[in-house]
Amino acid sequence: MSTMVDLRAVTKRFGSFTAVNDVSLEIAEGEFLTLLGPSGCGKTTLLRLIAGFDTPTEGSVWIGGEDVTHLPPYRRPVNQVFQSYALFPHLTVAENVGFGLRMQHIDKTEAAARVTEALALVSLTGLDARKPHQLSGGQRQRVALARALVCRPKVLLLDEPLSALDAKLRRSMQLELKRLQRQLGITFVFVTHDQEEALTMSDRIAIVNGGRIEQLGTAHEIYHRPATRFAADFVGQANLLEAQLLLQDSECVRVAVTGGLELTLPLAAWPAGATVALIAMRPEKVHVSKSRSSTAFAPGAANIFQARIEEEIFQGATDHLILVTAAGTRLGVVVANESALGDIFHAGDLVYCGLHTDDLVVVKAE
Amino acid sequence: MPAPLTAAPRRRFPSGIRLVDYTLTGWTALVMGFLYLPIIVLVAYSFNRSRLNIVLESFTFAWYQRVWENGPLLRAAQNSLLIATVSTVLSVLLGTGGAWLLHRYRYRGARSLQTLVAVPMVMPEILMGISLLILFATAGMGLGFTAVIIGHVTFSFPFVLVAVQARLKGLDPAMEEAALDLGATPLQAFMLVIVPCLRPAIVAGALMAFTLSWDELIVTFFTTNAASATLPIRVFGMAKVGLNPMLNALSAIFIVATAAFVLFSNYLKKLSR
Ligand SMILES: Nc1ncnc2c1ncn2[C@@H]1O[C@H](COP(=O)(O)OP(=O)(O)O)[C@@H](O)[C@H]1O
Ligand SMILES: [Mg+2]
Repeated sequence: MSTMVDLRAVTKRFGSFTAVNDVSLEIAEGEFLTLLGPSGCGKTTLLRLIAGFDTPTEGSVWIGGEDVTHLPPYRRPVNQVFQSYALFPHLTVAENVGFGLRMQHIDKTEAAARVTEALALVSLTGLDARKPHQLSGGQRQRVALARALVCRPKVLLLDEPLSALDAKLRRSMQLELKRLQRQLGITFVFVTHDQEEALTMSDRIAIVNGGRIEQLGTAHEIYHRPATRFAADFVGQANLLEAQLLLQDSECVRVAVTGGLELTLPLAAWPAGATVALIAMRPEKVHVSKSRSSTAFAPGAANIFQARIEEEIFQGATDHLILVTAAGTRLGVVVANESALGDIFHAGDLVYCGLHTDDLVVVKAE
Repeated sequence: MPAPLTAAPRRRFPSGIRLVDYTLTGWTALVMGFLYLPIIVLVAYSFNRSRLNIVLESFTFAWYQRVWENGPLLRAAQNSLLIATVSTVLSVLLGTGGAWLLHRYRYRGARSLQTLVAVPMVMPEILMGISLLILFATAGMGLGFTAVIIGHVTFSFPFVLVAVQARLKGLDPAMEEAALDLGATPLQAFMLVIVPCLRPAIVAGALMAFTLSWDELIVTFFTTNAASATLPIRVFGMAKVGLNPMLNALSAIFIVATAAFVLFSNYLKKLSR
C-alpha cells in the first residue's frame, strides 16, 4: 500500500513555543490513523499542517507523493471536518454540501446528484432545504461530514468531530464513521483526546505528547506494548513500577520493584546493560485466585506471589482490587465478576497472583 | 454556530402603590411631551395660514405647495440623497474591507491604524471641516460633490468598521478555513462566506452612515459649493434669513421621511438576522 500523507521532520513554532517538534509520520492510503493525546499537545496543529492552514517552520508535508508544503488549503486534495462544524449559517444544507463542488465549477446537474448522494450516505435525505440552525447537533455533524466527503478528498481530516455529541450518539457515530471509511476507502486522519474512541476506530494510533509522537502502532500494540510511561498511562491504566536488576541468566532477568516484590522478565524485554528500568503492568493481566492450585496458573505464569486485598471497588462487570504483596508492593488489578463458579473477593482476603512474564513491559521513563 | 438564546423574561416590580404608579406615568408623559411636543407644534403650524408662528389661523396646504415649487430646495434634497447614498456605499466598502484586513492579518502599523480610524468618530466636526477645507485647497481640488462625499466618508466609514469588527470578534475562525478547505480562494471565502455572516453588522453600519450623511451640516458647510448644497445647508441658509412657515412644512416632510426610514431600517435589520 502506498503512502498517502507523509510528514517529514516537521516542526512548527509559534514564536518561541514549539507546538510540533520534529514529527515524521507516514500514513498509508486508505488507513484510519488517529492522533491521540491530551489537550494542547499539538494534534490540531498537526492537522492544520496537513490541511494547509499553517506551514511548517521546518520540514515538509507530502500528500499523494506530491510536496504540498507551500500549497494553500484550496489547492490540496484534502478536506476537513471541523470541531465546531463551521457550517455556513446563511446557506441551506444542500448549499452547504454543494459549496465545494461549486468552487470546483462542477456542472449543476452533476453537483445536485452528488449532493443528494452525499446526504444519503450520511442518512440526511430530505433535509436539503433546512438551515444549519434548524438541525440538531448530530445532524450538523453529518452535514459537515457530507460537505467534506462530497469533494472526494484523498484524505479526510477530522478534528475531534464527536466531542460535542452526547455519549450514546457518540458511540453510534464512531461505528458509522468507521463503516464509512471502510466503504469509501478514503484515508482518515482523526484527532481525539479520548483513548477509548481511538482504540475502537483506528487502524493505527499515534500517541502525541508535547508536540512529539511518542508511539505509533495498532491499537493492540499501543495497549499491550506501550513504549513510554506516558503511553502506558494515557491509554488504559497501568501499574508503573521502578525495577532494579537482581539477577540475569541466558533467558530471564529477575528484578525487584518498588516495595520489594520480585518479578521475572524475559531477557529480551530488558534494556541491554541497564540496572534500573520502569515496568508497566496492565491491571487486568494479573490473575487473582484464592487457591494456589487454580487453573488460572498456567505454566507460563513464572511470577506467582501472595497478596492481601486492601480495598475492593465493585464496578459491575469488573472488580477493582488494590493489593498489597507480602513484600509491601501495592498493585491495582481488575478481575472479571464471573459466574458463581468463580472466586468472590473481599477486602482483607489473602489471594494468590499470577503474572505471565510477557505481560510485563519495560517502558521509557522520560 | 451559537443557537439564538431566548432572552430571559424582564423582571418588573409590581408597583402596587398608587403614588409610584402616578409618578411613573407622569414621568413617562413628561418625557414623551418633552420629545414630541416641539414636533407636534411644528407640524400643526405647517398647516397654518398665518405667516407668523404665533397665531393659529385657518388650515392650508399652501406651504407644502411652496416647498414643492421651490426648485433649489428640491435640488438640495436630490443632492442630499445622492451624497448620502454614494458615501454610504463607499463607507460600507471601506469599513467592511478595512475591518476584515485588520481582523485577519497581522502587519506593521495595524494597531496604530486601529486607533487612528476611531479618531474621526470623536473629532469635533468643525475641526474636521476646517482640516478638509485646508487639505482640498492645498491639493488644488475644487469644492463640490467629490469633496463633500470624501468628507462624509471620512466620518462615517469608521462606524461601519467598528460595527463589522464587533461582529468579526464573535465569528468562528473556522468559518473562513472551511471555505478555503472546500476550494474557495481567500477572496471567494470573504465574499461568499464572511460577508453574508457579517450582514447584520454591515446593514447596521450602512444605516448609521446614511443617517450621519443625511443630516450632516458642518463638514458639508466647509466642503460644498452652490451646486452641491445639501438640504441641511439650504434649510440653514433659509433659517438664517428668518423663520418661515415653509420651513415648518419642510421639517414635517423630513419627520415623515425619517419615521419611514426608521421603520424601513428596522425591517431591514429583521430581515438580515
Ligand atoms: N496560532 C497559535 N499561536 C500560538 N500558539 C499556538 C497557536 N496555535 C496553537 N498554539 C499552541 O500550540 C499548542 C498546541 O495546540 P493544539 O495543536 O491546538 O493542541 P491540541 O489540538 O492537541 O489540543 C498549544 O499549547 C497552543 O496554545
Ligand atoms: Mg485541538
